[in-house]
Amino acid sequence: MKQDSAIRLILLGLAMSSVAALAVITLFIFREGLPIIFRQGPGSFLFGSDWDPGAEPAAFGIFAMIAGTFAVTGGALLLGVPVGLGSAIFLSEFAPRKVATILKPALELLAGIPSVVFGYIGMLVLSPFIRDHIGGSGASVLAGSAILGIMILPTIISISMDTLRSVPRSYREGSFALGATGWQTTWKVTLPAARSGLVAAVILGMGRAVGETMAVIMVTGNTALVPKSPLSPARTLTANIAMQLNAAVGEHREALFACGVVLFVIIMVLNTFANWVAKLGKRA
Amino acid sequence: MLEARNLKLWYGDFRALNGVSMSITPNAITAIIGPSGCGKSTLLRCFNRMNDLVEGSRTEGEVLFEGKNINDRRFDMTELRKRVGMVFQRPNPFPLTVFDNVAYGPRIHGLASGDALREIVKKALQSTLLWDELGEKLEAPALSLSAEQQQRLCISRLVAVAPDVLLMDEPCSALDPMATQNIEELMLELKKRFTIVIVTHNMQQAARVSDFTGFMLLGDLVEFGETQRVFTAPRQKKTEEYITGRYG
Repeated sequence: MKQDSAIRLILLGLAMSSVAALAVITLFIFREGLPIIFRQGPGSFLFGSDWDPGAEPAAFGIFAMIAGTFAVTGGALLLGVPVGLGSAIFLSEFAPRKVATILKPALELLAGIPSVVFGYIGMLVLSPFIRDHIGGSGASVLAGSAILGIMILPTIISISMDTLRSVPRSYREGSFALGATGWQTTWKVTLPAARSGLVAAVILGMGRAVGETMAVIMVTGNTALVPKSPLSPARTLTANIAMQLNAAVGEHREALFACGVVLFVIIMVLNTFANWVAKLGKRA
Repeated sequence: MLEARNLKLWYGDFRALNGVSMSITPNAITAIIGPSGCGKSTLLRCFNRMNDLVEGSRTEGEVLFEGKNINDRRFDMTELRKRVGMVFQRPNPFPLTVFDNVAYGPRIHGLASGDALREIVKKALQSTLLWDELGEKLEAPALSLSAEQQQRLCISRLVAVAPDVLLMDEPCSALDPMATQNIEELMLELKKRFTIVIVTHNMQQAARVSDFTGFMLLGDLVEFGETQRVFTAPRQKKTEEYITGRYG
């Protein structure tokens, strides 16, 4: 009994320490980043398209980076969602069980590849390919989207597969027993039943894409301009922080923390939305 | 109408059916009884080839439907299952509305749309006596219904594609005695339009509703004949032991 309560206390302490870490980090980011947003005005900070920390006076408008982040993320979803959902549907609904049990862990290995390796491959193979065969300098939104599209696959596939597999077998049997084909069953019964989990999978994949840094720095060119086409270079919020933080002082440093605040809010909104959608599905 | 000829089935290395032959009479209720694991559900699932969904299952022998072997590779599965429908042990309505559940079959087979579809849905719900209860609640989620209503809905869902045969796999095992009685009455009514094969572990149920009864044990069809004869004058010792409650 005594031992039990001691262990309880220790575990409680451990659990609280991770919550405390989150709280401290959040507090720190907001304390460092919020003042400049309000000093400059949220409108001109978020929607100003001029980022020039070296100028007199310095300009801190992050719209180009927000646009860059959403362009690269949107492209990643365009690529990653069809491929990811398609793979998950194939593996859970159509592939023989043996194939699925080999392929799913293999695909999850993708998540274990360090992002710098993805970036390296993108830099060495993808960017030159785009430059030589499609156009532009190669360092582009397209390159970033392609790399990120691959990087979010494990997230999307593994969550979607778990969701699809949790759809009761009896639904599928009922549909097959009415003479439906495999595809009709998937499309009209299994996917609607799994809808909320699939949406959550996509949103979490999106969160992963928004937050990715290293691979994006290595392939997108990092120009702080609103990208005009998929072949234009772009700079994301994460890249902006990572590249400039070690040399930044004063207001510049504050502005970078403010980028962190914006990122934090975007990710929070996405995760909360994903949780909410997933719960919605469980209730129905 | 339906006839099994020397039907054998394996799940992997396990032989679940050891050469079963039986013939199903049209517009009658045929019951298959026997203890758990005797292969009665497996046999039922041979009539619409639901065992195909079980990985590692293998079938030998013939099942004739209107004289054609449904185990033939060329037999059209969609057509077979449209004409030989199945009701499951646990009611399994789709997580859709009442209307969409019943309309599911007609829609996937492209049978009807618009007013014609609504008419089919109405008729199907009427045939299972659900229309009076649910006619005004067609947009309600099917999962919000009672277990009995759900099972009736699953039967309506079959009736909507106008099959010839209804296979019922212990359709009352998840229902209370009142609901069971209601479903049994419904079966006697449906018998006029459909050929029914029911698997049940409930001997009284078989005795009450069926015209023919088959008794299975360890993958063999031990005895098969008119229900009254099987229950009053079983020819096999095993059958007698089972129906007098000595095991099972």
